[in-house]
Amino acid sequence: MRAIIETKELRREFGPVTAVDALSLAVMPGEVFGLLGPNGAGKTTTIKMLITLLPPTSGSATVAGHDVVHQQRLVRRSIGYVSQLLSSDGALSARENLDISGRLYHIPTPERSERMDAALAFMGLADVGDNLVRTYSGGMVRRLEIAQAMLHQPQVLFLDEPTVGLDPTARRAVWEHIRRLRDREGTTILLTTHYMDEAAELCERVGIMHLGKLVALGTPESLAAEIGPGATLDDVFTTYTGGDLDEGGTYRDVARTRRTARRLG
Amino acid sequence: MTSLERAARPVAWAEPPAAVRFFEDAWTVAQGELRKLVHDPTELLTRAVQPILWLLVFGQVLAQARAIPTGKLGYMDFLAPGVLAQSALFSAIFFGIAVIWERDLGVLHKYLVSPASRIALVSGKALAGGLRALVQAVVVYLVAALIGVHLQIGVVPIVAAAVVVVLGAAGFATFSLIIACLVRTRERFMGIGQVLTMPLFFASSAIYPIALMPSWLKVVAHINPLTYQVDALRSLMVSGGTATFPIALDFGVLAFALVVLLVIAARLYPRLAM
Repeated sequence: MRAIIETKELRREFGPVTAVDALSLAVMPGEVFGLLGPNGAGKTTTIKMLITLLPPTSGSATVAGHDVVHQQRLVRRSIGYVSQLLSSDGALSARENLDISGRLYHIPTPERSERMDAALAFMGLADVGDNLVRTYSGGMVRRLEIAQAMLHQPQVLFLDEPTVGLDPTARRAVWEHIRRLRDREGTTILLTTHYMDEAAELCERVGIMHLGKLVALGTPESLAAEIGPGATLDDVFTTYTGGDLDEGGTYRDVARTRRTARRLG
Repeated sequence: MTSLERAARPVAWAEPPAAVRFFEDAWTVAQGELRKLVHDPTELLTRAVQPILWLLVFGQVLAQARAIPTGKLGYMDFLAPGVLAQSALFSAIFFGIAVIWERDLGVLHKYLVSPASRIALVSGKALAGGLRALVQAVVVYLVAALIGVHLQIGVVPIVAAAVVVVLGAAGFATFSLIIACLVRTRERFMGIGQVLTMPLFFASSAIYPIALMPSWLKVVAHINPLTYQVDALRSLMVSGGTATFPIALDFGVLAFALVVLLVIAARLYPRLAM
């Protein structure tokens, strides 16, 4: 079977800093794949290259069979993306947000409104669809964002830190929706996270990134087994990244995460 | 259907041709902006205060002083089109703030990962910036009518004036978007916005004729699109108002400036998300 996401020696530099270093990775259709790593490991930079927001410095990547540099429009048509920031507009209602997305993907009118109704119902937002998104709780916003990214039934869904800033109940609800979505639509999902419980819960395979490099790859169980009996994904993570989970990120990253957390909370 | 078959499915509907997509996408973006204004018109209303002050306070005082020679045209009649152009400029020039805000929130990224072309996205933003200014136009027309400005009332001059307002404001909104892409933070943008607005305004024929300007300022005024916007409005908005340039030139300059700015903006816009 052909990989639906494939990167070859993918590399991105920001001035003297190499954010992603010779990343080669293959994700299979229908898989839920987790990219793990401490802040600044290169996860978001990798996603940004795969979704055509950031040109690679060198190397290549294909998503749904299309080159991320030379076939950007075809890539964009095949993917959905939920950023670690907010992607739904708080000054608009859920329905208006969905409508904008549906129209930008040129879903024909009758089908678009059917899908919008179905998406709102699926995400448990049917009763509040006409309310402004800024009145929503963090968990509701995330569910709307996922619904919005899925409206055009993309082959690949990218979720960048999907549960950052959410309380445990809302996190569980988002996980549940991600699983149901995968079961129902067969969408390939690539998500980044630095919560190990999230990765163990959701992902069939994980890749651990550290300082821009892929340092481990496998199922959560096999990686844990390699470390030793009784090891958890936390132990795997600590082993490969030297435990600097909380080392993290630049001042800007921290400010941004806190801001997002505050808005969602 | 198994999940793997579903994963492999192609896009299930036909897309319209690229030219149609351009207009549809631009309108989708513009409509989103306009819906936000309907939900919360506070900003529009507060922006309407400034042109009222210019007409009621600045205009009335200078008209009394008779300090500015405006030929046969009374000063209030001369000033009203200038204030209209100015209010469109002021409402458009801070448009970039919203773009930076969208970047900080993450909303921008959602637009940029959609299949819409970059030129369609920025054109939609520009159109929204242009249409917003029509609210200012209505306010300026009403206040001008109340204080006795000799307005040209008729479908053709009013529609033509509306087109000029939208073209000009769309251009300045795009200019603002370009600045936003270059400075990238709200703090820097506020500073630069202030620095740019006043020179654009004073180096135009908005509040005094070009003939009064020193020669270096005349040169600046001639390359300032606001001058052409004011010029067109002066012949379209008030009766007895005469344009310095042919009206076709005014329209041509505004349209050309808009297209050039849109092309530049479309190239810079994706950099905001990097």
